[in-house]
Amino acid sequence: MTYEEIHKILKEKFGDSVGELVNNPPSDPYVEVSAEKLFDICLELRDNPELDFDYLMCLSGVDFPENLQVVYHLYSMNKKHKFVLKVTVPKDNPKVPSIERIWRSADWHEREAYDLFGIIFEGHHNLIRIFLPYDWEGHPLRKDYKEPETYHGMRVPY
Amino acid sequence: MGLLNRLDNPYETGGIILGTLEDILNWGRSKSDWYLHFGLACCAIEFMSMNASHFDFMRFGIIPRATPRQADFIMITGTVTLKMAERIKVLWEQMAEPKYCISVGSCANSGGPYWQYGYHVLKGVDRIIPVHVYVPGCPPRPEAMEEGMMKLQKMIDQQAIFRKRQRLAEEEKLFELQNKG
Repeated sequence: MTYEEIHKILKEKFGDSVGELVNNPPSDPYVEVSAEKLFDICLELRDNPELDFDYLMCLSGVDFPENLQVVYHLYSMNKKHKFVLKVTVPKDNPKVPSIERIWRSADWHEREAYDLFGIIFEGHHNLIRIFLPYDWEGHPLRKDYKEPETYHGMRVPY
Repeated sequence: MGLLNRLDNPYETGGIILGTLEDILNWGRSKSDWYLHFGLACCAIEFMSMNASHFDFMRFGIIPRATPRQADFIMITGTVTLKMAERIKVLWEQMAEPKYCISVGSCANSGGPYWQYGYHVLKGVDRIIPVHVYVPGCPPRPEAMEEGMMKLQKMIDQQAIFRKRQRLAEEEKLFELQNKG
């Protein structure tokens, strides 16, 4: 299936929650979806036999000046087609529904996005830091992050 | 091999070796160093090739140990993150005296490529434990690590064994001085 066909199926089912297909040739075409409907959209993408997305390739976080974004790259092993979803949330309330129950690979990916960007995935069964120590303060991949002067008595700057 | 040949056949060749007790002890210590390997990054991959038959690290008389309590020196090979730095400190304190440290690669020496934006990297393992030999490189060739090993052997050969407490106190003072700035 092409991106356009997949987008049409989603648009028919979810209406305004699914945005327009944006196609900037060097990168994959993507669709902006609303955070409220994300879980249902992902469930449809996996369970609809025509779509059959059984593999979450990648889950990434992006830091924009006002917003945080989560990008989902999906792939179907059987149908050999790809699709990209993007969810944008405001920085002061960065809450996205967790899709860990749909694709298990999202478990650690969501913990990573939480660790480094501070995006909160609602419904995740164990949303704790994955790379940094548990007592670390702040989310380092945000542009406004300031590195600490010391950590447990060790000087951090060069 | 001259020394060893004479030891094999002491009566035919005269068999008398003169030296101080320190020389003999240091000769034994420097030629049978056991190490604790602390591999953290790509330097550890180079280290593997050094342990394999091509470069054959064991011909220096060293044996890898999996516990700090049996090790004479520790090799820090790779990026020391703040998370791991605490573990290194614990391992170092568990090692028995006399103990040495070889820091391998730019990351362990000074933070390497993470010196500026590495919020999670300790900029040099010498900030938490004393380092006796630095091996530069990113990562260093196995030859470079062997050179570092030979430097350590040379250091042990010339080390004073007696009056140890006094020497250790001096070393500690030096370490504190270096880390003040």
